[in-house]
Amino acid sequence: MAVTEIKNLTMNFGPQHPAAHGVLRLVLEMDGEIVERADPHIGLLHRGTEKLIEHKTYLQAVPYFDRLDYVSPMCQEHAFALAVEQLLDIAPPLRGQYIRVLYSEITRILNHLLNISAFALDVGAMTPLLWWFEEREVLMEFYERVSGARLHSAYFRPGGVHRDMPDGLAEDIMEFIERFPAMIDDVENLLTENRIFKQRTVDIGIATAEQAMDWGFSGPMLRGSGVAWDLRKSEPYDVYDKMDFDIPVGKNGDCYDRYLVRLEEMRQSLRIMKQCLEQMPEGPVRSTDPKISPPRRAEMKTSMEALIHHFKLYTEGYHVEPGETYNAVEAPKGEFGVYVVSDGSNKPYRCKIRAPGFAFLQATDFLGKGYMLADVVAIVGSMDIVFGEIDR
Amino acid sequence: MDQNLQDLGDYLKNAIPDAVETVTYDRDQLIVVCKADEIAALLTYLRDDSNCLFKVLLDICGVDFPEREKRFEVVYHLQSLRLNQRIRVKVECGEGDIIPSVSGVFSSANWYERETWDFYGIMFSDHPDLRRLLTDYGFDGHPLRKDFPLTGYVEVRYDEEQKRVLYEPVKLTQAFRSFDFMSPWEGAEYILPGDEKADEAADGGS
Repeated sequence: MAVTEIKNLTMNFGPQHPAAHGVLRLVLEMDGEIVERADPHIGLLHRGTEKLIEHKTYLQAVPYFDRLDYVSPMCQEHAFALAVEQLLDIAPPLRGQYIRVLYSEITRILNHLLNISAFALDVGAMTPLLWWFEEREVLMEFYERVSGARLHSAYFRPGGVHRDMPDGLAEDIMEFIERFPAMIDDVENLLTENRIFKQRTVDIGIATAEQAMDWGFSGPMLRGSGVAWDLRKSEPYDVYDKMDFDIPVGKNGDCYDRYLVRLEEMRQSLRIMKQCLEQMPEGPVRSTDPKISPPRRAEMKTSMEALIHHFKLYTEGYHVEPGETYNAVEAPKGEFGVYVVSDGSNKPYRCKIRAPGFAFLQATDFLGKGYMLADVVAIVGSMDIVFGEIDR
Repeated sequence: MDQNLQDLGDYLKNAIPDAVETVTYDRDQLIVVCKADEIAALLTYLRDDSNCLFKVLLDICGVDFPEREKRFEVVYHLQSLRLNQRIRVKVECGEGDIIPSVSGVFSSANWYERETWDFYGIMFSDHPDLRRLLTDYGFDGHPLRKDFPLTGYVEVRYDEEQKRVLYEPVKLTQAFRSFDFMSPWEGAEYILPGDEKADEAADGGS
């Protein structure tokens, strides 16, 4: 029999592919249907956020954070707000902290709703997406009622949150908390014991605890590998230290475990939201320092000083002491960190954004090697990739 | 100030004096400045030593200070899950200097170093695959350097006649406005016309 030489096939996956979760261009070297090497090409959504932030005042930089990971906007504002607060050496009032934690958890559910349902869609289940997008709409309505925008809210500002929650919102969120577990159960019934779903996800894309740390994983990707690590517990920021919640941990570090971790995290988020609403005190929601947070509109009508503060804050902004800080939050995807270097002026000298998805995506080659082409779709889906934060 | 971080800083100063140049603290965060040649050795030590166990490399980024003699800083952020500590390691590097890659120590360093090369033009030796990462294919320049303009040098558009994307020099329909909101009372040094006597009055008028 003649010896034929079989050459590997190089295949382009994306950038326009529904399972690429945005604009991922994955160059795959295939041996038959087995992936030999995966080389992600990123940067198709690069907008130069870090460069732009260097040219904006600290307050003007806030909306850029919404546009990074556009599925979980508020958690990223949170990281920036914490970093600037650390540099300014201020702490937001207690009610502001509770609102931030409440909305961080709403954001977490918002993110996981999209991720789990899109992941299910990638491996063939369409129903969860249709069911859960309706719930996302409800949550985005909560966003809208508090900030005026469904997605790009610019609500968490250095010094607290922009404004207080309107009347009746707390009751509606409470009603949602009561109602929502049934929706999680519905989808869990569809997926968790589903034969097809398990065949597509169990033992696919395994990372051991050591490997997950080596590749800089965080969030559900790290917890799926069995490392009980959550910044909300280990470095509690705002009022997370007053909350009672559990950290779900996976066992095998495969796609299925990551799905289970995210599912349980949603239930824990509901618990935190409930505690927030029950414990939330009355009081101001943002720093009362007039040099940091703007005066109320009514005050400006009568007070000259308030008018000057308003003008100064929205033109020049506030100056921040020279120094540098790295602050991270447990965003739904993992550790989202902001490294701010200040030179004492009203603009950040350098603002480096540490996106969790960036570390996940570079492990595509390591996670996908030796699996089938269809498994790469499952792996990318389970990583929770959003290109806004990876390309920045 | 966290006592554990203080202890860790003192420990590092004594344990590997060849690599560690200075140990400072800023806002309860530990900053270690390392000699450029020793960075891989230091990070290996930080990863493996039982008093450190910084198993996660979170981030590598550059910072540009054009007025300094060595204009760049490469900043490494590490995290120890076991001891719940963070450390920031810095390396100073001039334009054209080559820093040893740490992608052999931490797998996650691969893309972070590519990104640093892409944005600042800092070279890493022994890096397996030092290509550009986030900028366009065929991009020229290093966009996060302070001397790179915010608007860039080229813009792209789709040309209907040639049926392809064209790269052209940036044409701004409106001049780029650099707003200067610095208050004349603090920070900015404006010289007001006719105000030269103010300094003299301050110096000799007493």
